[in-house]
Amino acid sequence: MIKKIFLIGNPNVGKSVVFSRMTGVQVEVSNYPGTTIDITKGFLKLGEEELEVIDLPGTYSLEPSSKAEEVAVSLLKKEPHDSFIVISVIDSTNLERNLYLTLQLIEEGLKLIVCLNMCDDMLHRGINIDIARLEELLGVPVISTCAVTGVGIKFLIDRIKDAKTGIKKGLNHKHLWEEIGRIVSAVQQLSHRHHTFRELLEDASVRPLSGFFIASGVLYLSFKIVRFIGEALINKVFDPFFFNIYHPLIEKLSYGLGREGFLHHLLIGDLISGKIDFKQSMGILTTAPYLELAMVLPYIIAFYFVLSILEDTGFLPRLAILLDNLFHHLGLHGYAIIPMLLGFGCNVPGILSTRILESRRERFIASVLISIGVPCVALQAMIFGILGGFSGFYVTSLYLVMFMVWIILGAILNRFLKGYSPEFIIEIPPYRLPPCKMLLTKLFIRIKGFIIEALPIVLLAVLVVNILIFFKAFDYVANIFSPIIQGLFGLPKETVTALTIGLIRKDVAAGMLIPLSLSPKQLFISVVLLSVSFPCVATFVVFLKELGWKALLASIAIMAIVGFSLGTILNLIIP
Amino acid sequence: MKKLSLVQMKENKKGKVVEIQGGLRLRNRFLSMGIYEGREITRLSHFVLRGPVAIKVGRSVLALGYGMASKVIVENND
Repeated sequence: MIKKIFLIGNPNVGKSVVFSRMTGVQVEVSNYPGTTIDITKGFLKLGEEELEVIDLPGTYSLEPSSKAEEVAVSLLKKEPHDSFIVISVIDSTNLERNLYLTLQLIEEGLKLIVCLNMCDDMLHRGINIDIARLEELLGVPVISTCAVTGVGIKFLIDRIKDAKTGIKKGLNHKHLWEEIGRIVSAVQQLSHRHHTFRELLEDASVRPLSGFFIASGVLYLSFKIVRFIGEALINKVFDPFFFNIYHPLIEKLSYGLGREGFLHHLLIGDLISGKIDFKQSMGILTTAPYLELAMVLPYIIAFYFVLSILEDTGFLPRLAILLDNLFHHLGLHGYAIIPMLLGFGCNVPGILSTRILESRRERFIASVLISIGVPCVALQAMIFGILGGFSGFYVTSLYLVMFMVWIILGAILNRFLKGYSPEFIIEIPPYRLPPCKMLLTKLFIRIKGFIIEALPIVLLAVLVVNILIFFKAFDYVANIFSPIIQGLFGLPKETVTALTIGLIRKDVAAGMLIPLSLSPKQLFISVVLLSVSFPCVATFVVFLKELGWKALLASIAIMAIVGFSLGTILNLIIP
Repeated sequence: MKKLSLVQMKENKKGKVVEIQGGLRLRNRFLSMGIYEGREITRLSHFVLRGPVAIKVGRSVLALGYGMASKVIVENND
């Protein structure tokens, strides 16, 4: 009795798109190997029955070489053979390489259907595949699809019942490739045509010099676009909403509550020179939503919009090649740029995606570097919010300090952690123009994820902080730490509260720094300390889940050392 | 005919893999991406300062770390 369908295939062949078409479950997809790092499940109704569909992380073979691939293979091997079928998704523009895994699956004796995906791109590239002949040679059903547009998905579903074990030949390794060579020459015809502009661009971006210029240009432009969209959203959408529509409502509520008292303190917060100030009042209904929705969310939208375009076009693996050298000095290889970039959005998916790296050592280094040296959007929005008022010098210096921390910390970890760093072998995907709808879907999933994840924590954090402040609980903590904070970092002891809260949620902490009226130097040091500590409670949790207690404790110790020395050094060198 | 590693190979030249100097793990990894003895490979470009090497195998463009690339020994056709 068949209960499950596994979707398996090489990385970046569009498995997740096929999955999402079959089940209606929306998932993130990108044009680089390794977007799916976890198992996604959905359901497909087939007549009377409901089948479970499982989207596995991409793998090149049944001999896994990274944590993500291991997940895929182990899951497939532990199920009893007669309880599931496998859909092997193939990128039809690269039949040869993709057939290796398919033939391995056939040799394993699994019930199989082959899904020849990306058939539209195949035609563009002048490739023709004789599907009937391929079906005959493999001995399993072959269906051609274009999952992005949905073509062929219905056929694929119709033929699930025809899945069967293919023709076993008892081949392995090199002999499999020889067999693949025979199959490909029998079914595939290439028509000769001229190089397209796209292919020229693909070529230019894997050359060192032109690649370097293309990458610098793209990154600079991306940064500009993120700031432009973010600021536009704040000035044109979110600020007008908060000040013109929300503010009058909240003023009314404040008067209704009598302008003071415990409840007023919790909900509205303190009045700043007789008025509600969204940035400083620190109430659940004032500062909390304003911080999240008007200061952070606009940049989240802008950042993920730009990142999604970069991901879907296929630019990131090219960036990975360019940065390989630099990353080797940090004990990583170039592909670690992907977790790092994701970390700039939110550290949590950044740390999760370190699963694409091979060794535990690499995963530890990358996760520590992300949580300490890579500022997430929420943190960056706060950096601009707090330091943006002064000259650009402060913001630039902050990024410079973060970059130095990132590099030096990486180099130190690489020097002192036992083990070596494996090198990468990655596939450079062709450039693809992402369909608008897929891009928007992904943007929507990510923004929804952010709101669900962040907003409750922010509300809760503000609530807890308000209660603790009301009962003056922080004064004790502040007194304990004041020798360090005052003596070494040169900060007033009230900042202790903000720095402690920073471990729960950075945005809330920043909101607490603003009312303290610190000098630019003190603000700068506080923001640096906030930046190098873990961005939020969720990061702790995911770090623990991914790497375990010992690694978490080690990273907290590293974080404390980094913060301690940076605070002291900066206090000494800044005049 | 001369033997050289992928790193030493010149840009846009073709060659046949004759030897992979590595353990089973590395050989399996290469194998799963289509690099094995007897396979024809085109060297695309090289990145300065021991950077990765880009090659074409069949229809795929792959990038290999410098150390990895130096373990693949190729026989040049010309």
